[in-house]
Amino acid sequence: METKPLGGKQIEVDEDGFIQDPGAWDEAVAKDLAVTEGVNDMSENHWKVVNYLRNYYLEFQMAPMIRKLCKETGFKLKEIYDMFPSGPAKGACKVAGLPKPTGCV
Amino acid sequence: MAKPDEVGYYRQEELLKADHQPPKTGWMETPVDFRPGSYIYPGKAKNLKILGLPNPHEWAVTDADWKLPEDWQRIVLEGMAERLKKYRSFKLFMDTCVRCGACADKCHFFIGGGDPKNMPVLRAELLRSIYRKDFTTLGKVLGKLNGARELTADVIKEWFYYFYQCTECRRCSVFCPFGIDTAEVTMIGRELLGLLGLYINWAIEPVANCYRFGNHLAIPPHGMVDTLEFMVDDIEEATGIRVEVPLNKKGAEILFVPPSGDYVAAPGIYTCMGYLLMFHELGLDYTFSTYASEGGNFGLFTSHEMIKRLNAKIYAEAKRLGVKWILGGECGHMWRVLHQYMNTVNGPADFLEVPKSPITGTVFENARSAKVIHIMEFFADLIRHGKLKLDPSRNDHIRVTFHDSCNPARAMGILEEPRYVIKSVCNNFFEMPENTIREQTFCCGGGAGLGTDENMEMRLRGGLPRGNAVRYVQQRHGVNQLAAMCAIDRATLVTVCDYWAPGVKVTGITELVANATIFKGEKKRTLNLRLEPIPGVHQDEDGKGGQP
Repeated sequence: METKPLGGKQIEVDEDGFIQDPGAWDEAVAKDLAVTEGVNDMSENHWKVVNYLRNYYLEFQMAPMIRKLCKETGFKLKEIYDMFPSGPAKGACKVAGLPKPTGCV
Repeated sequence: MAKPDEVGYYRQEELLKADHQPPKTGWMETPVDFRPGSYIYPGKAKNLKILGLPNPHEWAVTDADWKLPEDWQRIVLEGMAERLKKYRSFKLFMDTCVRCGACADKCHFFIGGGDPKNMPVLRAELLRSIYRKDFTTLGKVLGKLNGARELTADVIKEWFYYFYQCTECRRCSVFCPFGIDTAEVTMIGRELLGLLGLYINWAIEPVANCYRFGNHLAIPPHGMVDTLEFMVDDIEEATGIRVEVPLNKKGAEILFVPPSGDYVAAPGIYTCMGYLLMFHELGLDYTFSTYASEGGNFGLFTSHEMIKRLNAKIYAEAKRLGVKWILGGECGHMWRVLHQYMNTVNGPADFLEVPKSPITGTVFENARSAKVIHIMEFFADLIRHGKLKLDPSRNDHIRVTFHDSCNPARAMGILEEPRYVIKSVCNNFFEMPENTIREQTFCCGGGAGLGTDENMEMRLRGGLPRGNAVRYVQQRHGVNQLAAMCAIDRATLVTVCDYWAPGVKVTGITELVANATIFKGEKKRTLNLRLEPIPGVHQDEDGKGGQP
């Protein structure tokens, strides 16, 4: 599988740039992943979303419902799209080092 | 992945230029063009390893060398021989086609894409040509004259491309005078590819997830609890009712199995909230399971063996919990498995009882062997017996059409129940044109494991016939919602509608039912399950009128 330089390390990514080992994630990796999503400057709000996703994933080994993400971070879905143009599942989750969602979603 | 502004297919005018003119070269001489947007990523080695499948390896569709096992031709031919013996249907479908072409223009991918190899007749011919060469005397002697060809690595690539451009929807089969089930040809084609370690990740990862976690999305038990409890809070906000979430409850009467997409993905989550509310209202003695937490079965998109392995879990759990029968949620392809494979692959579930509604006493004789009924059968029976208190006017702002999901419609024949339920809870219902509904329904374009994003061009092309029919009722009747009882539909038709009929929103049926039901002890309903103000009600309250 392809590896990419992210956060000063060589990290395995899939075809869409999702990191394969969630354990390889750190803030420097997140910043570089954000650039691949067209986010060159991670603001406080960006981190709020990313950290929420990250912590949820560490606790539950899954991504939260988008509705829950909005409720818990206080952002409207549109605001999350403004921050992460590919949206919460494919953009924000990627930056947070979560695996790509599959199935009937 | 390409961004919308970087690729032509995100512009309708580009996509509408489908060229139905066949290429100048004959089909055997026309190689596959793996262009971005038209194919799906390969199955990852880690997923194949989890499932104990042969030749797990990393490869890319665009690689010249797909790293097939050394004796791959022998593997494929022996695999074919074995299946010709095991599945009489496969042998019949290889022998009987007279190439009349009745199926040719019935495939949504051919209609929207124009690639001749997406004519079901030719897609099957990709496999049939190898069958002729190696399994028929005429083909062995006459070769190409008899439509036979050698099995080469390019044939394998062609199979991969086109068997994963078939959604196994079986619309073509409706029109075949011989009743050839092209989905079964595709299924065998995918099985043979699997013998070489070639899968798509969008199907094999959900299978690997389901194998380990009990659902396609790899939702672990505590994640499922957190998700359902979140819904309970939202339900309370909308209705004032606090519902319970029975999980892994031994001795419950009914095991309820929805598709896992409904736990996390909008708009399916609103239908899941609907399930919780309706079962609470009915006082149903039921349980969810964190082990059998998936109605869908991506094994169907992988191999017969995998159908069996995943389907067995639901029944093992039903046995463990000691339930009487199983109720299935708004899933699509689960019903193809349960109605057409369950008996053969896992045997009749003799330890369960024939489903009987505890509220009406109706015995569902049609489910005598599989012991599982569809939630729309269950609701239709309740409504018929006047057991639900309904106020359809709460849905008056909705002008709804119904998309028959391929498998419930064609594999199960459940055509009337969903319509009866929708008409009971919505005053404004409009059918799409008759050659696009019921048995002739058009696929969403993302079934059978194709609902991912990297093949978006094909999904949008395949979604054109459905999208076009939606646009027709949108323009003619002002339709603003499309109801579908399948989680793949609820995921992929959102994209199809946004593209071909913008403005039409997608919903599950149970969401509509719950929004129209007058629950015991509910507060004044001003919000629907999406927590959006219900237009008419809102108007009454503030007296200002107009859309909120």
